[in-house]
Amino acid sequence: MLRLPTLFRLVAFAVLIAFLVQPQWFEPLLRPLVQENAPAIYNQGSLLQLTLLHLRTVAIATAGAIVVALALAILVTRSSGAEFLPLSRSLVNIGQTFPPVAVLALAVPIFGFGEKPTLIALFLYGLLPIFENALTGLTTLPPSIMEAARGTGMTGRQRLMKIELPLAMPVILAGIRLSVVISLATATIGSTVAARTLGEVIIAGLQSNNLAFVVQGGLIVAVLAVLIHDALQAAERSIGSRMGR
Amino acid sequence: MIEIEGITKRYGETTVVRDVSLTIAPRTVTVIVGTSGSGKTTLLRMINRLVEPTSGTIKLDGEDNRSLPDYELRRRIGYAIQGHGLFPHRTVAQNIATVPTLLGWDRARIEVKVTELLTLFQLDPVAFGPRYPHELSGGQQQRVGVARALAAEPKVLLMDEPFGALDPIIRAKAQEDLLAIQKHFETTIVLVTHDMDEAFHLADRIAVMDKGEVVQYATPAEMLVKPATAFVESLIGAGERPFRLLAIETVADAVEPGAAEGEAIGSAATQREALSTLLWSGRKALPVVGPDGAVIGKVSLDGLVQRAAGPT
Repeated sequence: MLRLPTLFRLVAFAVLIAFLVQPQWFEPLLRPLVQENAPAIYNQGSLLQLTLLHLRTVAIATAGAIVVALALAILVTRSSGAEFLPLSRSLVNIGQTFPPVAVLALAVPIFGFGEKPTLIALFLYGLLPIFENALTGLTTLPPSIMEAARGTGMTGRQRLMKIELPLAMPVILAGIRLSVVISLATATIGSTVAARTLGEVIIAGLQSNNLAFVVQGGLIVAVLAVLIHDALQAAERSIGSRMGR
Repeated sequence: MIEIEGITKRYGETTVVRDVSLTIAPRTVTVIVGTSGSGKTTLLRMINRLVEPTSGTIKLDGEDNRSLPDYELRRRIGYAIQGHGLFPHRTVAQNIATVPTLLGWDRARIEVKVTELLTLFQLDPVAFGPRYPHELSGGQQQRVGVARALAAEPKVLLMDEPFGALDPIIRAKAQEDLLAIQKHFETTIVLVTHDMDEAFHLADRIAVMDKGEVVQYATPAEMLVKPATAFVESLIGAGERPFRLLAIETVADAVEPGAAEGEAIGSAATQREALSTLLWSGRKALPVVGPDGAVIGKVSLDGLVQRAAGPT
């Protein structure tokens, strides 16, 4: 039996796919938003292709952020790496406080226009939530379980892989979820430096005073963010419930 | 055999354990008691090197416990703690299989061992093996914790307040089970507790710790008759002494010739239980039956009163 919220999500997903594959079906809905003779459906490229490129940019940047943030969090929670904790905290915090727009402005002269400056901005911006959550997850494990893990004769690496990471996984996933959602929205500004993302649609709409473009670009990003957010949350819950949380 | 020789543990200026020497005989239950902060848990944890001593040595069967890497040592020593410490993301069967898996046993052997242990602890292997720890009651979790500690057939089992989180009825049952399992596997058990009833019930020998030192290491009977210090005496509880003395020995040791009226008591019951029955039923003597159910004599109120008397 499907619950109502699940049904909503399935419908939203179906509508999104339909819109990306056959945008002209939705033309009558968007028509009232534009002036006479202006196109109501984005006509300077395929919406489907832009969406896939948008997702790819977010996926690459997030994957990089996960690897670096998780590695840092693991390093500073080992007794040998504890002294690096303040340093990595500040580094990751700088990444978050620097506005992505500023990162783009600084990165373009070095890497040129295109996808690279956007990837760098998203990567830096995505580090903090993953790092902080991984840190919380790895430092708040129940002492009795850690004691038992040592007592059964697990080596440091075995404790990390078999006990600490699996137990911290729901909290780590929550950090990844935050990071992904922020990146999905932030990626749109990459189109100001010619990265191919859904920002193109929004920027085109702003430039030609076409509200329909702005709305469709914004809505696709919003629906993607909501669906991915919910999917990751469901994954967290299913892992968490097995452990009786 | 565990030989603890001149063990001291200091954290900075504070000495937690001071020059402790104990020899623990194989296949016995040794209980370490003391108030909180007496160093009893630290002493226990130095046996499997969860804590490294500042000075002194600990030998297991004549071998220094620092002669192999700490994780290999711990795989050979069972360890059960208060609140069980089960891994919440692993099933009961996987939890019990922890140490055998680390030791690289093959799957069939692990499965046989898990089934054997679950059965021994009165948990149906089919029903409980695939469950997660949070689906079990406190008493069941505790039994799985002990089963996990015993899975690799260690000669030594260390227990840190293993029954502390259990209610009195389940705790009594867990203690009986532990004694039965100790006889079954002939494990050397070192158990830490602050519960004197538990200590007197389980121990072959009791070590009393106070401010980091062992103030007395003796059998329960010796300790009752000759407490070494005022601290030991207060720990035993002056009002409890005669009853603890009776609780150590069985009715079989107090049987007198003759007959008595009324319901009989088994010879394996403790003398304290016999006294309790006598007082409650208002009789002067009880018939005693042996393990086969035949009457072997009587146990009398006067006899028990004499036995409960301390040295004068």
